[in-house]
Amino acid sequence: MMGLIQSGLNSIALAAMIPLQPAAASTIADGVDKLYLILSGITAFFTILIFSIIFYFMIKYRRRSPDERAPETHTSMFLELAWTIIPSLICVVLFVWSSELYVRNSRPPNASTEIFVIGKQWMWHLQHPEGPREINELHVPVGVPVKLTMTSQDVIHDFYIPAFRVKKDVLPGRYSSIWFQPTETGTFHLFCAQYCGTNHSQMIGWIYVMTPTDYSAWLAGGEKTESMAQQGEQLFSQFGCGNCHGGGDTAQGPSLAGLYGKPQRMSNGQTAVVDETLIHQAILTPNSVQMPNYKAIMPTYQGQVDEEQMLQLIAYVKSLGSEERTSGK
Amino acid sequence: MSMAIADLHEAPADSSVNYLNATYGIRSWLLTKDHKRIGLLYLATTTLMFFVGGGAAVLMRLHLIEPQGALFEPETYNKLFSTHGIIMVFFFMVPSIPATLGNFLIPLMIGARDVAFPKLNLLSWYVFVTGCIFALYATLSGGVDTGWTFYPPYSSSFSHTHVVAVALGVFIAGFSSILTGLNFIVTIHKMRAPGMRWFRLPLFIWAMYATSLIFVLGTPVIAITLFLLGLERILHVGIFDPAVGGDPLLFQHLFWFYSHPAVYIMILPGMGVVSELITAFSRKKIFGYSFVAFSSLSIAVISFVVWGHHMFVTGQSVYAGLVFSALSFLVAIPSAVKVFNWTATLYKGSISYEAPMLYALGFVGLFTIGGLTGLFLAALATDVHLNGTYFIVAHFHYVMVGGAVMAYLGGMHFWWPKITGRLYPDYWARFAAFMIFVGFNLTFFPQFVLGYLGMPRRYAVYPAEFQVLNVMSSAGASILGVGYLIPLIYLTWSMRYGPPAGPNPWGAKGLEWTTSSPPPTENFKEIPIVTEDAYNYPTPEVPRV
Repeated sequence: MMGLIQSGLNSIALAAMIPLQPAAASTIADGVDKLYLILSGITAFFTILIFSIIFYFMIKYRRRSPDERAPETHTSMFLELAWTIIPSLICVVLFVWSSELYVRNSRPPNASTEIFVIGKQWMWHLQHPEGPREINELHVPVGVPVKLTMTSQDVIHDFYIPAFRVKKDVLPGRYSSIWFQPTETGTFHLFCAQYCGTNHSQMIGWIYVMTPTDYSAWLAGGEKTESMAQQGEQLFSQFGCGNCHGGGDTAQGPSLAGLYGKPQRMSNGQTAVVDETLIHQAILTPNSVQMPNYKAIMPTYQGQVDEEQMLQLIAYVKSLGSEERTSGK
Repeated sequence: MSMAIADLHEAPADSSVNYLNATYGIRSWLLTKDHKRIGLLYLATTTLMFFVGGGAAVLMRLHLIEPQGALFEPETYNKLFSTHGIIMVFFFMVPSIPATLGNFLIPLMIGARDVAFPKLNLLSWYVFVTGCIFALYATLSGGVDTGWTFYPPYSSSFSHTHVVAVALGVFIAGFSSILTGLNFIVTIHKMRAPGMRWFRLPLFIWAMYATSLIFVLGTPVIAITLFLLGLERILHVGIFDPAVGGDPLLFQHLFWFYSHPAVYIMILPGMGVVSELITAFSRKKIFGYSFVAFSSLSIAVISFVVWGHHMFVTGQSVYAGLVFSALSFLVAIPSAVKVFNWTATLYKGSISYEAPMLYALGFVGLFTIGGLTGLFLAALATDVHLNGTYFIVAHFHYVMVGGAVMAYLGGMHFWWPKITGRLYPDYWARFAAFMIFVGFNLTFFPQFVLGYLGMPRRYAVYPAEFQVLNVMSSAGASILGVGYLIPLIYLTWSMRYGPPAGPNPWGAKGLEWTTSSPPPTENFKEIPIVTEDAYNYPTPEVPRV
C-alpha cells in the first residue's frame, strides 16, 4: 500500500515538475546530500522490506476457516541477535560518517571574511567589515569562505540558508557563528528557522552570490562608509573607554591591545578566552568578568550600547589584537 | 489465560448487571471510583480535546493552500499551530492510551478488581479536567502564540498572549500524569492475580509500566520548568531571558529533558496495544516476548539521555552534539527490534483482517517510516539542514499520528466490544482505517520533501515554489479529517444499536476476555488464577503442512 502511494506521489511530483532536491551551492552541500541520499536509501530499503514481508504473510497465512489454529513457532535467538546487531552496525557506520562530516563542516577555514549579523523581530541586519550595511540581503563573493558572527537583539532566531545546508540559532546575549563557501553565483533563500513571533515567516531574505569582480564593484558602489573597526574606534572614544583601557601604567583597566582570542585569568579563579561573548559581557555586566589586579569600578553600559554598536566595538577590539600581532613580528 | 478454551465463549450467568448499568445518574459517574468508568471519563475528555486540536490543524492546512495564506493573519495562524500542538501533545496524546485504555485494561489484564488507589485515580481525572479548562479558557479568550515548546525569551518577555494560563494548564495536567503513573506502577507491582508472574504479563502491561516510569520521573521536570517560566513572566526574575540575566538554553535543556521522553510516553503504549492486536488476529504467541518487553524498558531508560538532539543547531558544543547523536542512534535499536518481532509474529499465523488488525499493521508500517526518518535527525550533518523544517513535522507526525494514534484507534476498536458490550459495523471500521491510512500519507509524506527543500515550519506565509506540495498535504488532511469523523459516528451509534458482543468476540487470549462484556463492576466474579504464559493460543493437534 505504502509503496504504491510513494510511487504514486513520486509520479505526481514528477508530473508537476516539483523539485525533489534543493539547490546545492556551497562546498558542504554535496557531502550532506550524499549522506541524505544514503539515509533515504536505507529508509526505503527497510520500509519496502517490512511492507513486503507483511503483505506476503498477510496473503500466505490468511485465516482459511474460522476455527483454524496457528502452529507454534519458537523465538529464534539467531534472528533476535541478527536484527539487533545488523541495525546496530548500520547505526555505528552512520554515526561515524555523519559525525566526521559534521565536525569537518563546523570548522571554518582560517582566512574567512567575517560578516556580522544581528537578528531582530522581524528582520536581518548584516554588516560587512568594510562598513556597508544590508537588511535582509547579503552580498558575498563566490568561492571565498565567509564566516558569520551572529547575535540577536531580542528573541531566539535562526539563520538558515537551505542552498548552503547551513543553519544556526541566533541567540540574545551571546554570539554564534557559521561559515560557508558558495560554489555558484545566484540568488538563494535566507530563512529564519526558529519561531520568533508574529511575523516569523516574513523574516526572510536573499543571499546574492556574485563573481569577485561584481562583488568588488558592489562594495565600491555603495555609499562611502567607514569600516566597522573605525566606527568602533569612534564609539570607543565617544564612550570614554580609552580613559581606563587606553594602556599605560596609570590605567585603571586592562589595555585591550592584543587581548582578543587570548585566555585570561578572572578574579573568580577561572580562565576564559576573550571572545565576542566575553567582550559583550564586559561591557554590559562588567563585574561578571572582573580581572584580578584591577578594581571593580567599571560601570555598566546596559541600555547605552545597542547590538549594532556592540559589534562595532568588538570589531575595534579585534583590530587592536591584530595590530599587536603584526607589530610583534 | 487461566481458563480453558471452552470457557472463553461462556458468559457469566448474571451478565445483565455490569459496570455501566450497576448505578445510574450523573453523580454515579462523577463520583465513581471504578477504574472502568474513570477510563470512560478520560475517553470523553480526551476525545473532546482531540477534536479541538484537530480542528486547529484543519484550519492550518486550509490556510496553507495559498503561499500568501488563504484565511488568516499570521498572528492567528501562529495561535492555531500553538493550540494544535499544546492540546494534542499535553491534553490528548499523553493521556490518550494510558488514561483511557490503560485505566480500563490494567486491572482487567492482571486479574485485579481495581487499581491500587481508586480515589487517587478519580482525583487525577479532576486534576486533568482542571488543566483542560485552563487550556481551553486560554484558547477561547484569545489564544497563545508561543508554539507548544514555549521557548523563552519569546514566551517570557515578548509574547502578548495567554502564556501563563496555558502553562498553568499544562502544569496542572502534569500532576494528573504523575498520579496516574504512580497508581499504575503500584497496581502492576501489587495487584496481579495469583500466578500472574512478570513474564506472564501481557506486553501492554509492560508498555504501561515503562510509560508510568517516565510519567513519574519526567513530568516533575516539565512542571518545574513551566513554573520557572511563569515566575520570569510575572515577576521578571531572571532565569531564562538574558536581558534580565537568564539563559535561554537552560529552558531548552529542561524542556526537552521531559519532552523527549514524552515522545515515548506517546508511542510506548501504542507499541503495547499493537503487541496485543497482532497476536490476537494471528492467533500466535508474540515472537520474542522478552525482547519486546525489555525493549520497552530500554526505550524508557535511553529516552532520558537523548534530549540534546533537539539542540544540535543551538550552539551546543560539538562534543555534546556527538554524544547526543550517538545516544539517539542507540534508541533506534530497541524500536527496530520491536518492528522485526511483530513482523515475525505473523509468520505461520492464522491471520484475519478485522479493523483493529488493519490499524495494527498500519501502525507497523508508518512507525517504521517514522523511526527510520529519525535517523536523518540523529545524524548531525543532516540534522543541521533538516532541523526546524517540515521534515521534522513529517517525522514526528509519522511517529505520533501514524504510530500512536493508529495504535490508539486500533486498541479502541479492539476493546470497544469489551468496553460497551456492543459490536460496531466492521465494514465501516475497515473503510475508516483505510481512509485514515491514505489521508495520513498524503498529508505528511509531501512534508518530508518540503523539509528537504528547506521550507521552515511555523510559517504563516511561504515562497510560492512550495505551493504544490502544500496543496497535496492539505488535500490529504481533508481526507484524514473525514477519516477521523467516521469512527466517532459509528462507535457512538453502536453504543445503542450495535449487536451484543459477547465476552470474547475475537477469540482473543487475556484475562479481560474471560469476563463478561461489559464487565461487572468488580471485574471478575472470582479472582482468576493464572497458569499459563501470555498469548497461549491453541495450536493444532496435527501440524499444518
